[in-house]
Amino acid sequence: MSLKSKVKGLCLLTFAMGVNASVSADTRYNMTEGVTDISKSVFQMHQNALYIVIGIGVVVFGAMFYSIYAHRKSKNPTPAQFHESTTIEIIWTIIPFILLMFLAVPATSTLIKMYDTSDADITIKITGWQWKWHYDYLDEEIEFFSNLSTSQQKIRAKLDGGEALSYQELGENYLLEVDNELVLPINKKIRFLVTAEDVIHSWWVPDFAIKRDAIPGFINEAWTKINEPGTYRGQCTELCGKDHGFMPVVVKAVTEEEYVQWLADKKQEKIEAAEAARLAALQSWDKTKLMTLGQSVYEAKCAMCHGVNGEGGIGNAITGSVVTNGPTDAHIDIVFNGKAGSAMQAFKAQLTSAEIAAVLTYQRNALGNNVGDLIQPADIEKLR
Amino acid sequence: MSAVIETQEHAHHDHHPKGIKRWLFSTNHKDIGTLYLWFSFIMFLIGGSMALVIRAELFMPGLQFVEPNFFNQMTTVHGLIMVFGAVMPAFTGLANWMIPLMIGAPDMALPRMNNWSFWILPFAFIILISSLFMEGGGPNFGWTFYAPLSTTQGPPSTDFFILSMHIMGVSSIMGAINIIVTIINMRAPGMTLMKMPLFVWTWLITAFLLVMVMPVLAGAVTMMLTDRHFGTSFFEAAGGGDPVLFQHIFWFFGHPEVYIMILPSFGIASAIIPTFARKPLFGYASMVYATASIAFLSFIVWAHHMFTVGMPLAGELFFMYATMLIAVPTGVKVFNWIATMWEGSMTFEAPMLFALAFVILFTIGGFSGVMLATATTDFQYHDTYFVVAHFHYVLFPGAIFGTMAAVYYWLPKWTGHMYNEKLAKIHFWLSIIAVNVTFFPMHFSGLAGMPRRIPDYNPIFADFNQWSSIGAFMLGFTQLLFLYIVIQTIRGGKKATSQVWEGADGLEWTVPSPAPHHTFDTPPVVK
Amino acid sequence: MTTKRHQQVSYLILLAFGMFGFGYALVPLYDVFCEITGLNGKTGDQVVYDESITVDENRKITVEFIAQVNRGMPWEFEPLVKRVEVSPGEHRIVSFRVANPSTEQIVGQAVPSVAPGLAANYFHKTECFCFNQQMLAGGMSMDMPLKFYIDPTIPDDIKRLTLSYTLYQVQATL
Repeated sequence: MSLKSKVKGLCLLTFAMGVNASVSADTRYNMTEGVTDISKSVFQMHQNALYIVIGIGVVVFGAMFYSIYAHRKSKNPTPAQFHESTTIEIIWTIIPFILLMFLAVPATSTLIKMYDTSDADITIKITGWQWKWHYDYLDEEIEFFSNLSTSQQKIRAKLDGGEALSYQELGENYLLEVDNELVLPINKKIRFLVTAEDVIHSWWVPDFAIKRDAIPGFINEAWTKINEPGTYRGQCTELCGKDHGFMPVVVKAVTEEEYVQWLADKKQEKIEAAEAARLAALQSWDKTKLMTLGQSVYEAKCAMCHGVNGEGGIGNAITGSVVTNGPTDAHIDIVFNGKAGSAMQAFKAQLTSAEIAAVLTYQRNALGNNVGDLIQPADIEKLR
Repeated sequence: MSAVIETQEHAHHDHHPKGIKRWLFSTNHKDIGTLYLWFSFIMFLIGGSMALVIRAELFMPGLQFVEPNFFNQMTTVHGLIMVFGAVMPAFTGLANWMIPLMIGAPDMALPRMNNWSFWILPFAFIILISSLFMEGGGPNFGWTFYAPLSTTQGPPSTDFFILSMHIMGVSSIMGAINIIVTIINMRAPGMTLMKMPLFVWTWLITAFLLVMVMPVLAGAVTMMLTDRHFGTSFFEAAGGGDPVLFQHIFWFFGHPEVYIMILPSFGIASAIIPTFARKPLFGYASMVYATASIAFLSFIVWAHHMFTVGMPLAGELFFMYATMLIAVPTGVKVFNWIATMWEGSMTFEAPMLFALAFVILFTIGGFSGVMLATATTDFQYHDTYFVVAHFHYVLFPGAIFGTMAAVYYWLPKWTGHMYNEKLAKIHFWLSIIAVNVTFFPMHFSGLAGMPRRIPDYNPIFADFNQWSSIGAFMLGFTQLLFLYIVIQTIRGGKKATSQVWEGADGLEWTVPSPAPHHTFDTPPVVK
Repeated sequence: MTTKRHQQVSYLILLAFGMFGFGYALVPLYDVFCEITGLNGKTGDQVVYDESITVDENRKITVEFIAQVNRGMPWEFEPLVKRVEVSPGEHRIVSFRVANPSTEQIVGQAVPSVAPGLAANYFHKTECFCFNQQMLAGGMSMDMPLKFYIDPTIPDDIKRLTLSYTLYQVQATL
């Protein structure tokens, strides 16, 4: 007897917990309201749906628990024998139908708005790569990769035999921070063209209510108009291989003046970087310098697939590899252009000539290999 | 095929050898049912241990125990084992045991095929599980194995995965054909279609779904195989193919598959609730029609799994509306169960408790299902833990609680002994608490923004994940109690009468407990 | 009895094989579906420009070109103009430049995709390098033409259209 009342209690409690927690405005317990008109209407629809299902739940489970209480054998020893009623069946076919209308109608109108990408002020091409995002400001000649900036040491602290880090040590933006944020102006209609380089990814920013799959070979569209400046964080939401959990999306929304300034800075930066790379390629590098830079590039770009010590993993082993120990041309080619039908991507546009020269030299003269040659940045630069 | 059919008349005159041969060569529906059920339970424990690896890793932010690639293998193989190894064989096992008893047939229509369809199954799973130990690791692309992650980037073991999917498919199709032919031909005189118990009805519809969609899955994995090795490019943009096509084909199989995993549970609840309410099932005919409409709708809603792939507006709207429609027949079923309870005379033994928990928790899963059906809000839920919460609510308290209810309900008939009611109730209470502690917080981690299939997360999601992990371990270890109860019941216990339950009604309760090796050699007559 | 059951089993096995075939039939069905709905922005095959088309001078549609190269493919690939404004019905020609900086002869195939997907149905190519595989010797470059027009029946709300090409290296089947 007491057990039976506990089942009711527990179920109600579970449900009530859901109700209380879900309807609170705290985004930790509920969907974010977001910072665009669309995201706000999506949030509103979510709330409505929640209220509707809670309402249905109260009625349905209420009837059920009443029945469990009142129609138990000890209270109702002789069961009724009715088992049919066409009228009532029709009624409870129609009622859910009507309730569904309350969900379907607003959803339809919002969906139509979501699909209207016309009259955009800015177009950004987003390309999903394993495991980073590439942003291309099509009207501005600005493009860059956006990599996770949380260090591997932090992520792997416990796995590599150390102590687990505290939340403070991990930091507020653990796994949700990148080296280059996507910077966007507020109050402008921004169109996104979403595609992928290798496998399917999905670009999600909860605050914009945008989630679009990035599909290799095809482009998808989405748009947003951000109402408030701020930093908005999301993640890749389509399983895309080993480091699927490690490719966050970070968008920094700024005022229009700040955006213009940022564009100018970014362009200047690009010119300076190109000049620096050119100068670096002109110099002759000694082995120590190549190996030092090479190791850091290797650990940042190669180790995730080829292993920290070149032992292999998702990718082939570097240690003793035919490519690494073979002619430089083939080695450069695979790093430059990647390999079709594999997880090996093209690094030509991702790394400077000096970085490529250094990492090639490192691979050939460390990690258990000993080819003995040095590859100079100039050798790479002339192939561009 | 013809050999199988011609010899089946003799099948039940087989001597049944003792020991291992009894099981290896069995053509008896009860033995094969038992084999299916044990196999499914073993798979449930293996798949469950993988879930515990996942939950252990997710207990805290930061990588603790496993490499991300191994984590992906765990999520993938956990999903595959639970779907194809635990839930589907459990239902087939129940069908084998109970359908002939419920329709008054001496055995299944195709006993030798029955033997074969079971015995190829362990090999499928040995192949699948052993691929985890291959160089390059096991399948790591999610149980939905989306191309091109599973084609151009699949590890070498992917080919073994494909082979094992083929074997599972063949096994399910054979099992389904057997069930259909049995139900159509072997009903006792007087048992018209509309007099069949609902468990038989739901299984008949499930079997048709299986015959229609498992081959589509086989087609999809065959295309993967030829894409990988024989130069076709079904899913490769380079050769004029399309990765999204894979998702369409997969979900054309996948959505009916979801109902394959729940319809038999509907049948079980429809058997148990009237028994313990001591009152006939309310709205029998509407239950049959509702099941059939759910099955029909399952073929036209598949793309609601793909709202984010960039379908045109018209497509989004169509799949949204069609998906919402499913709530209607599903609602009818829930209302009918409550109407069955209404003014009944209920007692709450373990099968009833599990059946009621099934109705409540499945309905909660249905609620999140309706929310997910709305394309606009789905953009926020899709591929987050909200989805994980949703499908675990319909699968664990749905399919698994349904199976457990069925096992407690029919165990006295199978073994001839009553199970230990007190332990069974403890099992129930621990399970229902653990299920909610595990899966309810996942709604919140999903809404807070946590994507699924990630091995590590921001501390903001930590609280919910901790609850989920604690619940998962509790849920996992509770099932060992279930194992103990079942073994205890097999070995002894209070003798069960043939009626077993006071309110039980149906042909299976007219045979002695335990049900003898051969039943209904002379068909009973149904009034 | 036995023959009846035999027959049923045969029908069910036939159904299973039929559904296996249906899985394959979904491939062409999907293409038809894409064509009708514009899913994935797949563009159609070569068409002939009908000179009698009335050009709708009052409307301007911006057509944007994007070119990308798949991994493993050493070619450089870019549109010579990044965007053009056209009136529906107007026959236009644009060019894409490819260069093969490697030392070997390589064959490439470009795969188009249009956004928004619905616009794909109204985007007609009368001549396109994407219809054929392109072969380029090492160190060479060339300009590849694309001739197209936009169907005047294109819905009014489409004002901007993006055409994206991805270039893949293929085994020559010329």
